[in-house]
Amino acid sequence: MTHPADGLPARRALLASGLAALLPAGARAQASGQARKVLTVAAFPLVDKIVEAAQPQWRRLHPDVELKVLSRPYADHHTAMTTALSTAVYLPDVMALEQSYVGRFAQGTGLDDLTRPPFDIARHRARFAPYAYDQATTRRGAVVAAPGDIGPGTLLYRTDVLAKAGVQPEDLTRSWDSYVAAGIQIKRKTGAFLIGNVQAVKNILMRSGAKPGEGLYFDKDSRVLVNTPRFVRAFEVARQLRQHQLDARVGEWTNDWAEGFKRGTLATEMSGAWLVGQLNNWVAPDTKGLWRASQLPENAYAAYGGAFYAVPRHSAPENKALAWDFIQMMTLDRERQFAAFKSQDAFPALVDCYDDPFFDEPLPFLGGQKARLLWREAARRITAMPVHKQSTFADEVITTELDHVLDRGKPIPQALADAERLIARRAFR
Amino acid sequence: MARPRMLRLSPRWAPYVFISPFLLLFGVFGVFPLLFSLYLAFQTWEPTSGLGAMQFVGLDNFAFALGDEWFWKSLKNTLWLAVATGVPQHLVAIPLAVFIHTSFKKLRDGMVGAYFLPYITSTVAIAIMFSSLFSRDYGLVNTGLGLFGVAPIDWLNQPGTLKPAVALIIFWRYLGFNVVLYLAALQTIPKDLYEAATMDGAGRLQQFFHITLPSLKPMIYFGVMLSIIGGLQIFEEPFILTNGKGGSDQAVMTSAVYLYRMAFDFNDFGGASAMSWILFAVVALMTWLTNRAFHPKKRPAR
Repeated sequence: MTHPADGLPARRALLASGLAALLPAGARAQASGQARKVLTVAAFPLVDKIVEAAQPQWRRLHPDVELKVLSRPYADHHTAMTTALSTAVYLPDVMALEQSYVGRFAQGTGLDDLTRPPFDIARHRARFAPYAYDQATTRRGAVVAAPGDIGPGTLLYRTDVLAKAGVQPEDLTRSWDSYVAAGIQIKRKTGAFLIGNVQAVKNILMRSGAKPGEGLYFDKDSRVLVNTPRFVRAFEVARQLRQHQLDARVGEWTNDWAEGFKRGTLATEMSGAWLVGQLNNWVAPDTKGLWRASQLPENAYAAYGGAFYAVPRHSAPENKALAWDFIQMMTLDRERQFAAFKSQDAFPALVDCYDDPFFDEPLPFLGGQKARLLWREAARRITAMPVHKQSTFADEVITTELDHVLDRGKPIPQALADAERLIARRAFR
Repeated sequence: MARPRMLRLSPRWAPYVFISPFLLLFGVFGVFPLLFSLYLAFQTWEPTSGLGAMQFVGLDNFAFALGDEWFWKSLKNTLWLAVATGVPQHLVAIPLAVFIHTSFKKLRDGMVGAYFLPYITSTVAIAIMFSSLFSRDYGLVNTGLGLFGVAPIDWLNQPGTLKPAVALIIFWRYLGFNVVLYLAALQTIPKDLYEAATMDGAGRLQQFFHITLPSLKPMIYFGVMLSIIGGLQIFEEPFILTNGKGGSDQAVMTSAVYLYRMAFDFNDFGGASAMSWILFAVVALMTWLTNRAFHPKKRPAR
């Protein structure tokens, strides 16, 4: 009887001492957290680096407030933000959002309207790239996020491949027809593909010619717009390109896509200006000097992503003013905008820094071309399109129907009619 | 003396305290999500507006799900994959297990380990490996086929080849698991049965069909049941291999992938919840049908 009874308290004492060792550590951490004010910023890769780089400036502004960056991978970050907003727990003081999510989150009421005190973004409206500001503006006139950087669209092309094929750069951009014709010649003379995937061409063309105020897929009354001339044209040009086998049929960011850039089997690509940095840093650094940039064909202007900063409505009220200080530092401060531009190729959303001589500098990767001037021009001309709740779904339906047209020879009118039916079914969900 | 007595658990409560960690975890990660999704299935909800934004919509979500072309498409994909991965798994695993059981003595564990390895390998690693193997221009599969004059196939970007490619990966991954199941069952078959059969002049093939296979029936029932339940819930492999989208023409967008996308890509948590319950009904129905097909109750007790 006595033996186990003796043993038990001993073991319990051991357990208790273990707990005792653990507890003060936890208590200490909590105490230090309370002593210093903390502003938390949730971000995804590259924005996290941009924010981290702002630490010294933040310390000068607010020596008493620690800036804490919570970084997650791109998809995880946005899923985590959705969950945090839906439950209103573990909300950061500031959340970074990628452009496509800004439109999506603007459908709900989870983000603060930055035109209302303590924020006053409306006063700075003219200082932002117009489309970026509009993109964050809801139909009710609320501005739910401040643009940090933008992705002006550009056409990149290989000068060596063009020279070999006897194609002039203007042939690529004069019209979409001349772009296709140039592609045929390039393929015949050099064997190189014109572009990675025709879906990229469709993505630009279906935007061209939208009426002001029209969304990409829906009008303001949620009527579906996919059975319209701009989609017909987008599908036709894409089909033409595929019929001449001018695209390599590779998806973006796949191995085959990256290899195409390295080996020079892709003559052109259409993407955000930031692609130049990606090519230079890791995709195809050896092709330095062989690339040039231009505007998109037929002077189309399109945006490829961009990062915004938003404040959750249910975040700690005592940190709202600090959050606005932080957002202003990231979005309205030349120094920060240029730091991000130089280190991460994040094109500034702040228009009033566009007069800086930095834009006139030649880019070695583009053979000394002053391409930033082009992108600056594009940034001013891109127009925002209202985002609908079902835009992501519509996007996928259209991509799939184009695949049907390209792979199975489905007639374009039927493809667009099918897409319209599928999208209309959930237009009001 | 008072303190130790305070800390002592009364025998009445001890069992509950000891199982409480499981119950707590099960409650938080099992029961709660289950009930919450059931509740959500009857709501429409813009998640970023917070919990207060839910609105009751009755059976709307179920009506939407049942009339949704993509939901049926995803169910067809799921059934296709479940059959294309499930049937070969068992047709190969049973003879393979018998082969390993009879032919390997010392190397047996090594063999089983080799087949079991894919099962415990991270899905992400598997997806990365197979996406480079199946790469059109630079992949090993096409290089191999090229030796026989086959033109490069775009395995992962065409609906027609993506499905079999994913099925092959899942088959490869779970074959070892089934082999282990059948090996365990084989060890329980008494040797005397085979000895008696040999005395009666039965060949190895006759022994396989008249002794081994009938004796394996309970395990086949169990294995098939697991394959059906697992097959209808296929998610990881197609999800990671197609960047969470389901591939060209949504060819490998299984129901599980689709309802995840409904919630997190298309922002429709209510519809996604309704679909998940419909999927549950399908799984339950298939399990019941399997149960009927095998008549486990009439099985002679061994």
